[in-house]
Amino acid sequence: MIELKNVSKHYKQTEALKNVSLSLKPGQIVGILGPNGSGKTTLIKILNGLLRDYSGEVLIENQGIGVHSKSLISYLPDQTYLANWMTGEKAIDLFKDMYSDFDESRMRDLLSKLKLDSKQSIKTMSKGMKERFQLALVMSRKAKIYILDEPIGGVDPAARELILNTILDNYATDSLVIISTHIISEIEQIFDTVVFLKEGEVVLCDDVDQIRSTHNKSIDELFKEIFKC
Amino acid sequence: MDQFQSTQPIYLQIMEMIKKEIVSEKLLPQQQLPTVRDLALQYQVNPNTVQRALSELERLSLVKSDRTIGRFVSDDLDLIQSLRQQMIMEKVETFVDDIEQLKVTQEESINYINQAFRERKTK
Repeated sequence: MIELKNVSKHYKQTEALKNVSLSLKPGQIVGILGPNGSGKTTLIKILNGLLRDYSGEVLIENQGIGVHSKSLISYLPDQTYLANWMTGEKAIDLFKDMYSDFDESRMRDLLSKLKLDSKQSIKTMSKGMKERFQLALVMSRKAKIYILDEPIGGVDPAARELILNTILDNYATDSLVIISTHIISEIEQIFDTVVFLKEGEVVLCDDVDQIRSTHNKSIDELFKEIFKC
Repeated sequence: MDQFQSTQPIYLQIMEMIKKEIVSEKLLPQQQLPTVRDLALQYQVNPNTVQRALSELERLSLVKSDRTIGRFVSDDLDLIQSLRQQMIMEKVETFVDDIEQLKVTQEESINYINQAFRERKTK
């Protein structure tokens, strides 16, 4: 579904991605793991068409990045982007207008599960509420590919569990979910494949249970070993 | 969330959990199992991991699947009985290994086992 061949990206002096090759299939929940600055967000921005000047090849459903790939992907950025003047309802209207695959009944269901009130204005929502609200919007699209950049970064453990449940509840065998994170211990069991990014390079890409039995370690333990300073 | 040991593949651990439920009769013979999705939510794991655990249990004939209706616990009582014996023996072997390292005799350890059971009952 997603094919990357020798993808590299430079920012002036620094190499953000070096020869990244990956092949991701529908039905997978993939974890892109790496410390801050390892290239996770750069990779995700390339997949979403937000960075264009890279080298190498990126194919999504056998096509280059463009209108088609963008219509397939539901993307949660690592920062909140909802305008403060909006209410939740206004943001829902916006998503309805923008995305034909937006499922409003799923959104209503998620709002109650995530204990959110759509009549509230974005401005008065806490950071955690904004993050949950955005996640609900993104997960309410019936997309082929979901790309979530640090979805559990700033939320408390209870909300984390809710978010993981939302992702699992929404799982479909024909869609691909990509999640970037540097917090691994509480989320590793929902992945089937993980990609370790270190200084822009893929240092490991394998089936999670395969890694556990080969290394006799959890993904979190292996991560700490590979990335210790 | 920390119900899983870190070093063992999760699908094996889920297999063990389901086996325990069968042996302890939380899941009865011929009872329908929850769907993959529900089990994934219950254990908070990847649905493919659940799928793999169930396929392995099917391979061991402990679970049967019907394409249209779903998955069921086996109705083979002999098989469930032998699973029960096997799981008991595994636990007992581990216990005996540990207790032998402490140079405890068979009789002494049986006394301690009896005492432990008595104490649990009074609690």
